[in-house]
Amino acid sequence: MLKNITMGQYYPVDSFVHRLDPRIKIVLTIAFIVAVFMVHSLVGYAIVLGFVYLTSRMANIPFKMLTKGLKPLRFILILTFILNLFFTTEGTTLLRLGFIHITVEGLSQAVHYSLRLMFLVVGTSLLTLTTSPIMLSDGIELLLSPLKRFHFPAHELGMMMSIALRFIPTLLEETDKIQKAQMARGADFESGNLLQRAKAMVPLLVPLFVSAFRRAGDLAMAMEARCYHGGEHRTRMRVLKITQHDYLACAAMAGLILLIVVEGLIL
Amino acid sequence: MPIQLSNVTHTYSEGSAFQATAIRNVNLTIEDGEFIAVIGHTGSGKSTLVQHLNGLLKPTSGTILIDGEDLNGEKTDRRRIRQKVGLVFQYPEYQLFEETVAKDIAFGPKNLGLTDEEIDQRVRRAMAHVHLDYDKYAERSPFELSGGQMRRVAIAGVLAMEPKVLILDEPTAGLDPKGRDRILSMVQELHAQGGVTVIMVSHSMDDVARLATRLIVMSKGEVVATGTPREIFQQVDMMKKIHLGVPEAAKLCALLRARGIDLPADLYTPQELQECLLAKWKEAHPC
Amino acid sequence: MDERIKVEQVSFTYEEAEDPALTDIDMKVQPGEFVAVLGHNGSGKSTLAKLINALYIPTQGAVVVCGLDTRDEDRVWDIRQQAGMIFQNPDNQIVATVVKEDVAFGLENLGVPTEDMPARIESALAAVRMNEFADSAPHMLSGGQKQRVAIAGILAMEPSVIIADEATAMLDPSGRKEVLDTVRRLNRQKGITVVWITHFMEEAAQADRVVVVNQGRIARMGTPREVFQHIDEMRELHLDVPHMTALSAQLCKGGMPLPQGILTVEEMAEEVCKLLCPSN
Repeated sequence: MLKNITMGQYYPVDSFVHRLDPRIKIVLTIAFIVAVFMVHSLVGYAIVLGFVYLTSRMANIPFKMLTKGLKPLRFILILTFILNLFFTTEGTTLLRLGFIHITVEGLSQAVHYSLRLMFLVVGTSLLTLTTSPIMLSDGIELLLSPLKRFHFPAHELGMMMSIALRFIPTLLEETDKIQKAQMARGADFESGNLLQRAKAMVPLLVPLFVSAFRRAGDLAMAMEARCYHGGEHRTRMRVLKITQHDYLACAAMAGLILLIVVEGLIL
Repeated sequence: MPIQLSNVTHTYSEGSAFQATAIRNVNLTIEDGEFIAVIGHTGSGKSTLVQHLNGLLKPTSGTILIDGEDLNGEKTDRRRIRQKVGLVFQYPEYQLFEETVAKDIAFGPKNLGLTDEEIDQRVRRAMAHVHLDYDKYAERSPFELSGGQMRRVAIAGVLAMEPKVLILDEPTAGLDPKGRDRILSMVQELHAQGGVTVIMVSHSMDDVARLATRLIVMSKGEVVATGTPREIFQQVDMMKKIHLGVPEAAKLCALLRARGIDLPADLYTPQELQECLLAKWKEAHPC
Repeated sequence: MDERIKVEQVSFTYEEAEDPALTDIDMKVQPGEFVAVLGHNGSGKSTLAKLINALYIPTQGAVVVCGLDTRDEDRVWDIRQQAGMIFQNPDNQIVATVVKEDVAFGLENLGVPTEDMPARIESALAAVRMNEFADSAPHMLSGGQKQRVAIAGILAMEPSVIIADEATAMLDPSGRKEVLDTVRRLNRQKGITVVWITHFMEEAAQADRVVVVNQGRIARMGTPREVFQHIDEMRELHLDVPHMTALSAQLCKGGMPLPQGILTVEEMAEEVCKLLCPSN
């Protein structure tokens, strides 16, 4: 049943990494991406790999889950590799075969870019696997809240994200129902060319939009009835607190960056 | 066009952590011209069962024969069968999408590839069945109508397929008494005059008692009893055990019998009870 | 004693509408009372509910809730805290992805300190017997359970009135019973005043008082017994009467001297037994 789908790719287990403050995790993920871009040697990548492996162990997440995230990206990865390999023509020639011209620099750039891309995906997967969508939206809201001073609607953005998360399962269920109801009236969602298929979606999308608007109206009224009046003077049940564990995680990240810098200087 | 189910089981998300068997080993035969009510507690598998009858869900195991043809056979044209077995979902008004009532009702017939003339005829017939005046409503937007009227438009959309079997999943849910009566009398007419086999999922024992010729009682994914309302509603204890009520008249009959009033055990409509009680009263007080 | 809710000469017209949705409504609700409002769709009963919660402001007349006039814009949030409202569609009033966070929603809006929240949430969930679902996702609950969560969300705000706008219309019989029983218990045990809008006669039969609304006006008001005696009038208003009330009227016509206004099967059994039981 659609009801049971897991949201996003959150992997619901308890661990040191899961319990970290989402704000810290978001910041650390950004730091991790920066660190990956600072790496210029294979040894450096080995260090990053080691770091990722250790983190995944500490998060109780099977390493396979991380690599699974790469699967949909395999074409982009291969493309990045090939483009860099064949289209970097300057530098020492490694191989010349007819129109194919591979240089040492080309090979090294191809390896670099694909590795960076891979780590980028793996790093963000680590964030989404260990942080529930609602915590993620909380974290984003709080990180953006200093921008409120410049009239940036951080609270509204957070509220929107969490309501969206709340209604995704409801709307999925509804989609399934409307689809079946139209199929019972002979609708065909499966055959025909692209244009025909797009047209076949109308009986599905119109009721879905109508229903989403109706729900939005109802919800707005229910929220008002429960005294919702924006973010001002509002308290929160879930208060995020930075603990020693978060400092520890920051220290670990600082260690990683330091290692990469030192390794870059030595080699 | 009889429908025959043998050993039908349906398991959702088989093989995953969320695996759940919604119906188990269902054996049923539904004959032409019956008015069947499917009753059961929420989650007893009623909705899953009826979605099998027109091939929207495929059984995990077991077979469904419609007019002797295997519904899930490789060569079976399921869309053709869906036309013969119409299914009205819960809150069907949420499936409306066209600009006008007539266009929405025409959606089904259009999918059947009928001529414009035939489609127009069918739309008019379907609107007559649901008591909506063609001249008044055909060109109006379905979204301007009242809830009860929208529901009737949606039902007309299924009726325009001219099915031989009409399945309705809680057709009166959320309506006020007037809306409820309208829908039910309409269904009754379709059954009595249109010769349509009706299968209705319902929570209202009083409605079911009034309308159905046979009940299918479901509990925890299994069919636990089938029979006429009279047969089923005498079994007050069995019904209680599976968290279902009986019509109020049947409840009263059981209470009075327990108090020592000599009444037949199988009374379940207010009319019968009224006649019986008045007869008793006249017997005791001959004036 | 002061009235909890006072509706005085109220008329209300929707912005784009020509005809008023409600006309000359006069109605008082005492503290601790359970009042059912009956009427068919479009009769104006939902509008009445929204006037009490200050979601709408009367075009004419005044609505006073717990001594607060709904026209007073500064007191809107106090009124809504005092008079909580549950709506028809269980899916469309739950805001959060976890039950206890949804219960917290109202508290967060009122600015209740974070450290006070857990206790209030727990007691609200306990009052509707949903503690064990505190950490569940709302979309995994049944309709009746979702409505109970909505009630808990209001209870946490410590209201003196609960307004239910057809809160059982989309539920199955056991869900309906679950929700009505919960609200009746809160009414009896905590003395919360209830305005229960419904089109189920059996639910209205359990109220202290029934108000029948038709075409934007109050058509009849009184105890369920008084109101349901008028079988023909109720049917004319496209409403119904409880099955037992109808049956007892038929039996009376046939000559059985039953009292008027029988509402439940148990009462009916009792009264019929007085006349027909072998021992009598």
